[in-house]
Amino acid sequence: MPWTKVYVDKSEFEKAAQLQKEGLRGLTFREALKEATSQMMEKDERVFVMGEGVDDPGGIFGSTLGLHKKFGKNRVMDLPIAENGMTGVAIGAAMAGMRPIFVHMRMDFLPMCMDQIVNHAAKWYYMTGGRTNVPLVIRSIIGKGWGSAAQHSQALQALFMHIPGLKVVMPSTPYDVKGLMVSSIEDGNPVMFIEHRWLYEQIGYVPEEIYTVPIGKGIVRRQGKDVTIVAVSNMVYEAMKAVQLLEPEGIDVEVIDPRTIKPLDEDIIIESIKKTGRLVIVDIGWKTCGVSAEIAAVASEKAFKYLRAPVKRVTLPDVPTPNSPVLEDAYYFDYKRIAGSVKEMFREK
Amino acid sequence: MAKNKKEIKKFSRKPASNSISAETLKKLYETILRIRRFEEKIIEVYPVQDMKTPVHLCIGEEAIAAAVCIHLRKDDYIFSTHRSHGHSIAKGSDMKRMMAEFYGRKTGCSKGKGGSMHLCDPESGILGSTAIVGGGIPIAVGAALASFMKGTDTVSVAFFGDGAMDEGTFHESMNFASLKKLPVIFLCENNFYATNSPQSARQPHDNISKRAEGYGMPGVQVDGNDVTAVYEAAKEAVDRARAGGGPTLIECRTYRWKGHVGPDCDVEKGCRPRDEHDMWLKKCPVERTKKLLLDKKVMSEKEMKKLLDKINKEIDEAVEFGRSSSFPEPKELYEDVYYEQK
Repeated sequence: MPWTKVYVDKSEFEKAAQLQKEGLRGLTFREALKEATSQMMEKDERVFVMGEGVDDPGGIFGSTLGLHKKFGKNRVMDLPIAENGMTGVAIGAAMAGMRPIFVHMRMDFLPMCMDQIVNHAAKWYYMTGGRTNVPLVIRSIIGKGWGSAAQHSQALQALFMHIPGLKVVMPSTPYDVKGLMVSSIEDGNPVMFIEHRWLYEQIGYVPEEIYTVPIGKGIVRRQGKDVTIVAVSNMVYEAMKAVQLLEPEGIDVEVIDPRTIKPLDEDIIIESIKKTGRLVIVDIGWKTCGVSAEIAAVASEKAFKYLRAPVKRVTLPDVPTPNSPVLEDAYYFDYKRIAGSVKEMFREK
Repeated sequence: MAKNKKEIKKFSRKPASNSISAETLKKLYETILRIRRFEEKIIEVYPVQDMKTPVHLCIGEEAIAAAVCIHLRKDDYIFSTHRSHGHSIAKGSDMKRMMAEFYGRKTGCSKGKGGSMHLCDPESGILGSTAIVGGGIPIAVGAALASFMKGTDTVSVAFFGDGAMDEGTFHESMNFASLKKLPVIFLCENNFYATNSPQSARQPHDNISKRAEGYGMPGVQVDGNDVTAVYEAAKEAVDRARAGGGPTLIECRTYRWKGHVGPDCDVEKGCRPRDEHDMWLKKCPVERTKKLLLDKKVMSEKEMKKLLDKINKEIDEAVEFGRSSSFPEPKELYEDVYYEQK
């Protein structure tokens, strides 16, 4: 199906588009995100965008570009740099009937807002016995490379995955980023919407109309019978590239994109393990207490008897992000390391 | 200490405003008395130890809640703190559901999930209360932003103490509210202590209301134990906010008679000087309001006794309701974590 397919590069999409005589509309990830925002703002006057720089010429890497011209600066609102206070403002507006989308250019700015996100947004519905909900979307962007270093590159999704009351969404395709943004806006809970900056140029099929992708449902990107790779965010693409290295070795890989890490679609992972008996988890964050740790625990608790080999985790090492390209190369990994880990798993057998 | 002595002099015997109607004065007194008796009832029942929630009593500060909330409509918002009993009562919360909440019952205003520090009553404009110091201030500003964006004339009040003045959220909120001219009132109840730390140990100047100037909004300081002074200041601020004139900071100088948490008195624990405490007792907002009403012949002693009896009965009923209500089922632990679309 065109909406589940991951295109590893543009040429493949063009090929696919040619095949689909009915005419598939291709959009980049950033265009799909902007379209979702724009269409929801047209549909629902409670929806508005707030964030430092949302109306500037960069438009948050293009994802909000020009929206202020269409909707005015009250609905596409530039903010003072006061992350925690402005998160409180977003929460209050949400409680009082609005549907804010608060955008942070870097995920590294979210630790500034931990009080309002963790102590307030996440718990308010529970603390009020279900009488006041917080329909809030908090977008944040993970950076990578070019010496972004320790405070402009962090992938902190695991911090939020830990907190009851939050939902955490990490779309990887243009189709999903639109559908999940619509779902997040309509959800009625605080949703952490996490984007990897390297996804913005990805192209894929995106329908023009408003549609939803359910929060909490993963998807099988590629079916296989020998090993399951669960890959998060842009690692889905790396996993798909790793498949190409593993195929000639006779290793048939199943690739799962959870799309949402909280709530996590445990069933899709367990079902896959039942079939393949092997699990490799690929995250863009750190190893200790990370997304990969949680998924490995789920596999151990709920699918242990189907596992034929120890679970493998491909993650960042537990160190801050460095600057030097040499150190960056040692820090980050790509499809080759994923493929290497899978091969190792079969060798160890 | 010395500062507080000065305080007493400065505010002693301010003439009662003549512009407040007899009816309004009666309402104010009734609310002040209701809050006082509600808090005193907690002190009375607390030793039984079946009210298992940390209580932060507002005895000594009652006039502020009454004199601010009397200007608010049901659809106006208030956001309060761990010390929220008085604000909730003044804004119209049902005391039965409050007491039930303190007793951890299903009929509580937060279904037994919040306790004394997380009171709510959305139908009365109380969307919730937070126990993180300074945490509710930006949320009140956000509710005001919603009013502004929806084009309604509802206003928001953020209640907080002098301790919250030290938090970043206060400054971030003042800046943004002034920038956008939002309909919000920053209501600081300055009781001179953050838990046990005196204001002088935390702030270089005793000038809370003056901080408004730096953010380009009006700031006023009033005697928080003088119900008419708070009434006038709050009226001006609420009217301005409702008319689109933007935010105001009001500093109400007052004093907490009981401990930061629990029914005991801080003097007994050695947390503050006895003479300071005793001086503030003489400024009791209940007694002062009572005297004002008697002087102005708004109410007679007999009518006041009748009112007290009525209030006592309401509060007894509230306690009875709380104690006799059912506890939540253990399975309710897992409910209300996430909002589900109906």
